[in-house]
Amino acid sequence: MTDTLSWGAILLLMAQQFWPVWIALVVTFVLSISFKRHLGLYGKLFDSPVGMVGFALVMFWVYTAFFAGMIMTQDPLGQLGSVKNPLPGTPILDPKPGQYAWYLLGGDHLSRDVFSRMVMGARQVLIIAPAATTFAFIVGVTLGLPAGYFGGKLDTGLSFLANLVLAFPVILLFYLLVTPEIRDTGIPIYLAAVLFLFPIIFFSVLFNARYFTSPRKRNLYVGLTLVLGLWAYSGLAFNMDPLGIWGMEPNLLNVFVSVVFVNAPTVFRIVRGIVLDLKARDYVAAGQTRGEGAWYIMLWEILPNARGPLIVDYCLRIGYTTILLGTLGFFGLGVTPESPDWGSTINAGRKLLSIVPHPAIVPAVALMSLVLGLNLLADGLREESLKD
Amino acid sequence: MLKFVARRLSVMALTALVLTFVVFFLTNLQPNLEKLARSEGSVRMTDDAVDSWIIKNGHGGSSLYRYSEWLGVTPGWTFTDEKGKTHGRCIRGDLTVETAPTRCGILQGNWGYSTSFKKPVLEVVGRAIGATGWLMLGVMLVMVPTSLLLGVWAGMREGSRTDRVLSTVAIASTATPEYVSGVILVALLASPATGLSPLLASWGWIDGRTLFLGTATSAMDNITFWNFTLPVMTIALYGIGYIARMTRASMTEVMTQQYIRTARLKGASFRQVVLRHALRNALIAPFTVIMLQFPWLLNGVVIVETLFNYKGFGWTLVWAAGNNDIELLLGCSVVAVFVVLVTQLMSDIGYVFLNPRIRMA
Repeated sequence: MTDTLSWGAILLLMAQQFWPVWIALVVTFVLSISFKRHLGLYGKLFDSPVGMVGFALVMFWVYTAFFAGMIMTQDPLGQLGSVKNPLPGTPILDPKPGQYAWYLLGGDHLSRDVFSRMVMGARQVLIIAPAATTFAFIVGVTLGLPAGYFGGKLDTGLSFLANLVLAFPVILLFYLLVTPEIRDTGIPIYLAAVLFLFPIIFFSVLFNARYFTSPRKRNLYVGLTLVLGLWAYSGLAFNMDPLGIWGMEPNLLNVFVSVVFVNAPTVFRIVRGIVLDLKARDYVAAGQTRGEGAWYIMLWEILPNARGPLIVDYCLRIGYTTILLGTLGFFGLGVTPESPDWGSTINAGRKLLSIVPHPAIVPAVALMSLVLGLNLLADGLREESLKD
Repeated sequence: MLKFVARRLSVMALTALVLTFVVFFLTNLQPNLEKLARSEGSVRMTDDAVDSWIIKNGHGGSSLYRYSEWLGVTPGWTFTDEKGKTHGRCIRGDLTVETAPTRCGILQGNWGYSTSFKKPVLEVVGRAIGATGWLMLGVMLVMVPTSLLLGVWAGMREGSRTDRVLSTVAIASTATPEYVSGVILVALLASPATGLSPLLASWGWIDGRTLFLGTATSAMDNITFWNFTLPVMTIALYGIGYIARMTRASMTEVMTQQYIRTARLKGASFRQVVLRHALRNALIAPFTVIMLQFPWLLNGVVIVETLFNYKGFGWTLVWAAGNNDIELLLGCSVVAVFVVLVTQLMSDIGYVFLNPRIRMA
């Protein structure tokens, strides 16, 4: 029988468990700092202490998600004993040979290991949040560029639609969009069919505008985009990938689509605002005089010049999406009950919060530190991008 | 100005119509109606019985038509069964076929009937809004002065140490969603086993076992400092950071203006410059932000009321959604959409009034 660990020992063992993350972090920082003058905006980040702290926090969770399999001490879904809510540092009753001997951060009401669930939850969050944010950005950019550039009826119509979505309180929208009933009606699939089309449109137009003058290159790039895009599209939106590589669970698709749907209008408004500001610049007028196409000007003249605020907002928005995903988990929407994601773990732990707080506190602190890291990173990037 | 308000109002009315229709459509989906039929009728109904229940209770037909019934612009449904007894949307309580009005929708003041509370929706929603009103009042009283003070204080001298510290605090508070700060606050301040309460209790500084109460159910009848602090703080914390950052940004911008330099050169003290010249101009932007925070607060309210079990508007919304109480959920949605749209309008108009540089033609 092993002894219960003290807090010092718990911290030490945890630090030891995270060894791949420490190594990866050190390597990242040493390489980045030594080459920071050649790395553009990313390199400049290492001039700002706030940005560095934020970047370290974010990369900590990214590497944790990546090495989750090596960091975990127990099976995150497995019930390890009959003790309810064992305290941090409690030894596991009769561990199998080779099994980790303690609950590092305690166990939850089904005596699953809180530490391992937190680590595994990081992987879930860090796959969905950046992916959903990227999709929302592509949708927002694809619609915001023409709305700002052409203006007129198109702008009025799209802005009205965006304001419609924004006038919904987010939680109400989630309660309406993420339910088992709505999956029966197929609405998430229709939404996915519309939203997932945007990346294909975006990249096709992007390459078409750039290589319009050399048809061979254009055909190659646009063709590749269409083949790859439609292949992924068939799998992700309709779950009908002929090769069975792309696919999404209906649960996950529902959550993903709703999060993209909620985020896209805000991105649209930001992009539209930036375009309205930038389209009066001289280089746009120069492009127009040279006879460049509207889409070339939008995608290859205006968009690169709008990257500063967009990158900053991207970081903030990943954090916001993380919060949204946590909210969904907190209300038990669209997740399987045993899922280790942070939101539903907090929700499961809050029932006994005043007696045994650790099952809820651990994922809460994890979520907070990730979002804090993203916000600090965005702040550092904003400061550095304003300097030039 | 009048033309501007009129145009805004018409766009708002259109938005409200579209939004309520979307909510109506999404709450009245076929699977939801089937679930309603099974919970109102009997669980063991056959599929045919479910279908006929849906038609008999006026949920058949196109959703656009049912929406206009619910709105009260077309006559409410009636259904005469085999025995010749007629019932319908407007035939409720003492009313008979002859005395009942033909139209009874939300425009006539009929919000429907909550199937889970067995009460009219208007009564349930009204009570819930009353409870949430107190919560909102508390939040506003804490959030607005604190955040404005923090923002102005940080923005007075950009780049100073105070500014850096306050900005980091503001970032940390915006990075903490309500369900995280609520959990941490309860564990820290309202748990008899962990955090500060056992320590304070053993020193004899507090009477009860905990510093604050971890649930706010008792605040429904009697609001006290003990049971209401944590929910209010949880919602306010998230907003404070955001508004403070906006105020700071606006304040730093104002402090670089020419007229501030002029005032300084004139020999006015720093205190006077801040209070008389900078403050008024710096508070225009935060006003809009505070107004636009209302929809955000609505989110916070839903989470916090669920977390602290305070039976207000947010709790009712979650309850209605969880219990497939269609009319109640619709009622809640109408209120939510209304709040969002009205605050948007107020922020637009207020911005125009406050900012002398904007003139509406």
